[in-house]
Amino acid sequence: MILPDINLLEGFALLLLGCALMLGLFRLILGPAAPDRLVAADTLGVIATAGLILLAWLLGSALYLDVALVYGVLAFVGVVALARAIEGERT
Amino acid sequence: MRLVADLFLLAGALLCLLAALGILRMPDVYNRIQAGTKASTLGVLCILAGIGLLQPAWWPKLVAIAGFILFTSPVGSSTLARAFYRAGVKVWQPPGKEASR
Amino acid sequence: MLSTPAPASASPGAYVLGFCASLLTWVLLTGSLATDEVVLGIAVSLVVMFAAGQRLALLSGLRMTPLAPLHLLRYLGYFFGQLALSNFDVARRVVSPTLPIHPELVEVRTGLTSDLGRMLLANSITLTPGTLTVEAEDDRLLIHWIDSTPGSDLESATRAIAAGFEQRISGFLK
Repeated sequence: MILPDINLLEGFALLLLGCALMLGLFRLILGPAAPDRLVAADTLGVIATAGLILLAWLLGSALYLDVALVYGVLAFVGVVALARAIEGERT
Repeated sequence: MRLVADLFLLAGALLCLLAALGILRMPDVYNRIQAGTKASTLGVLCILAGIGLLQPAWWPKLVAIAGFILFTSPVGSSTLARAFYRAGVKVWQPPGKEASR
Repeated sequence: MLSTPAPASASPGAYVLGFCASLLTWVLLTGSLATDEVVLGIAVSLVVMFAAGQRLALLSGLRMTPLAPLHLLRYLGYFFGQLALSNFDVARRVVSPTLPIHPELVEVRTGLTSDLGRMLLANSITLTPGTLTVEAEDDRLLIHWIDSTPGSDLESATRAIAAGFEQRISGFLK
């Protein structure tokens, strides 16, 4: 793993994203019901995409951009599928 | 140039943190969707802009990701909101006010 | 996502547009204009175009006028401005200790007739200050408004939420 010269601001940005992921995880674990967890998962997907894009720069590899794109697609499809499942459950 | 790009990255990360704080603090799912979607969408866009300034060679893919996020993020949250609405999730009312729906 | 059925057939123009859009996506994703990449991209775009088939009728909502690109740019400028505003708004609400929110569900009406136009309007509303599209049916959109003004009806809510975007979108979408 080759790290380019990371300055303080970039490291701090990565730290903030890590904190964001952790706060989102709290909501995912605390619930209290399925919809709350689903919303948390949706937002976490977007934040994780942002994290992957930042990592692409920090690790100096464009491959992470493809990973971010595919992760975003899968998160979106998963959320829509689960939303459809909730919708069909009680109507 | 590097400083401007870093400020973009920092702003994006801060917005993502706000999105996470929003889904943690807001009282019901609709408000959580609102806070989470808006802040995280602009957060990702800011980070993309920052990376685009740092690595101009990557911009085509960054534009593709930006367009994709701009499309899926609101569609995903609207789909979620509609699913909750149809499943009968109530809108939160401030304490002391009668639920109108 | 929207309940109105799409028109039965896609025009040749819609096929060409669909092809161009998928080719543009391909070029952006590969990030190169080398001959072999582009040839492969054209082949894939053709497959995508025929696989999409009649669903490309969605694109019939576009207005093909010379001024349409200008309207699109004007809309984009307004949209990003609103997106930034909405983030300051959300940030203020999330950080303030008392959580100043008065959520309410309101209905607005749209004059846009095409599925594409309504989808863009719904997405724009979701990303603007304090509003979230919950349901779209015919010309009504159900909006979750985080800070509703008390006693707003269909007309005033339409003016407050949808009018700004609708006027700009109607320049390039039906």
